[in-house]
Order: sequence, then structure tokens, then C-alpha cells
Amino acid sequence: MHELGIVFHIIKSVEAVAADNELEKVSAVVLELGEVSGVVPDYLTDCWRWAAAKSELVSGSELKIETLPAVTHCDHCGRDYPTVAHGKTCPHCGCGDTWLLTGNEVNIKEIEAY
Amino acid sequence: MDQVRIIEVKQSVFADNDKRAAELRRELKERGIFLLNLMSAPGSGKTTTLKRTVELLKDEIKIGVMEADIDSDVDARAMAAAGVKSIQLHTGGMCHLDADMTRQGLDELIDGDVELAILENVGNLVCPAEFDTGAVKNAAILSVPEGDDKPLKYPLMFQVCDVVLVNKIDVAPYFDFDLEKCKEYVRMRNPAARVIPICAKTGEGVDQWADWLREQVREWRS
Repeated sequence: MHELGIVFHIIKSVEAVAADNELEKVSAVVLELGEVSGVVPDYLTDCWRWAAAKSELVSGSELKIETLPAVTHCDHCGRDYPTVAHGKTCPHCGCGDTWLLTGNEVNIKEIEAY
Repeated sequence: MDQVRIIEVKQSVFADNDKRAAELRRELKERGIFLLNLMSAPGSGKTTTLKRTVELLKDEIKIGVMEADIDSDVDARAMAAAGVKSIQLHTGGMCHLDADMTRQGLDELIDGDVELAILENVGNLVCPAEFDTGAVKNAAILSVPEGDDKPLKYPLMFQVCDVVLVNKIDVAPYFDFDLEKCKEYVRMRNPAARVIPICAKTGEGVDQWADWLREQVREWRS
């Protein structure tokens, strides 16, 4: 259940941003979640409901999740391919000399507040 | 009517923890304390490996151990019985430690005379790898019965590790475990990681691991 730990960190970050911007009540937090971040969106929103209720600033707010596609680059043939379908092996040339371009993000994109 | 404001943040959720971890590392450097974060799946032999390590090093380095678990204090008792200062941290259901939790543990553990602090993280190959604890070096144990393919299945754990101990190497003939393949898989994830086969129970290879750790502590404190 690392989703719970991640939720605590989101709330901490949101509290810091709220203090800097003099926000009193947050209505939504928009999160960018990479396809291969290893974070399960359903667990995350469940944990959010539970943990957010304990914070005056974010209680009742919505956690909106935007999924970012995972893309891997192949150093051998120089092409990119979708990670989820093909994993570490390049579907163009069959080489394993590849690395993740995008897809492991867990970013707070923006906060909606009054 | 109140208007909704949109505040653009664009910040990784881990950024705050990474910052706190870097601060902790800086403080540890000033105080001459080496913090090792030891991670692995449950049952791979973290506590047994630590007992061996402590036996080899405790006469030359002042060691303190933090045992992190969801519940119980069996590991802290085991370490205390091995003759080192140890404390038990309870994570309250969480699957990992972050930099703040590690700092709280260190505050309790260190009363000015610990040179090597070892954090035995929660048994888990996924979550502990995501949160920088502030440790100077990360070590992972992969035991033979788990299989040689674990670096492929849990890539982040092996990416963040400086050293991988392949434990229970004495039973390798009874399992489909190929040490060379395992080394290759670790290299694919992390070319810089050192792989040391050990058997914590018999002591095989543990000298090599202790030599590595001794050298890291010496470098950090010099």
C-alpha cells in the first residue's frame, strides 16, 4: 500500500503550496500519473478520501488523475515505442538496449482552490 | 460568489521527500555518521545478514540499528541480543520509511557515538525504493529462492541500489537460480551496482560485504 504514503506526501505538498498562495480551501488536486509509475489510481483515490478527510484544507476535495502514456526509447534503432505493450524489448529491432522516456511520473499538476 | 483559482504546481510528489533526504544526508556528513538503508523482500535474510555484519564490524565501528516493521519488535530484540544498540520503528501500516521517519528514528538512536547507522527497511521490493530515506548508500538483498529474475520484475529497487547481496547462495544448486544471469539482470538495470554472493547463515562471502561497507564508512567519514 504505497498509495497511502504517496497520499500523505501529496497532502503535505498541497499544504505547502496553499500556505505560499494563501489558500484556505482546496476543491481539487490534479495529479499526473505515468502509466508505469506503479501507482494504482483506484487505491490512490480511496486513500485520498480517507486521508483528505483529516485535513481541514483538503477535506471533501477531489483527486483528479490524468494518465501520462509510457514511452520507451531504443538506443539500438533510435525509435520510440509504447512501453506497456512491449516492455523492455524494442518491437522494431528486438533489442533490449532501451530506456524509459516518460511514464513513471507522479506529479502534482495543479490545485483548484477558492 | 467565490471564484475558483487554479494554482499550477508541476512538482513531483517525491520532490519534498527528496529535498528532506538530501538535507538529512548533508547533516549526517557533518556529523560523521554513515547511514545504510538495507532493503529486500520479507524472508530474504536481512536480520541474519545484519547479525553477521555486526559480528564482523562491531569491534572497530560503533554501530546502531533501526528496525522498521509494520508491527512487532522481534528484529530489534534479535539485534540487541547480537550486542548492538537497536531500536524498533513502527510504520503504522505503511510499507516504507521516508526521510522524516528515518530522521525521527536517528534522533532516538544516536546519542553522539554512532558511526554506522543501519536502517533495516520494511520487507518489500516495491515501495521502499521510491522514497529516499537520506541514506548514504542503499543495499538490497536478493535471496536464491526468490529467483534470478527479480531485477527484471522490480527494476526500481535494483536501480537505486549501490550493492546487491545474493543471499542463501549455498542452496543455489537446489533452485533454478543462475548467478551469472542474475548479475546480468542487475547490470541491465544498474551497471554501477556491485553484486556480492553471500550465505548469512554460514558466513560465506560476508567478509567481502563487510570489506565493502567498512570502506564506504571510512570514505564517508574521512
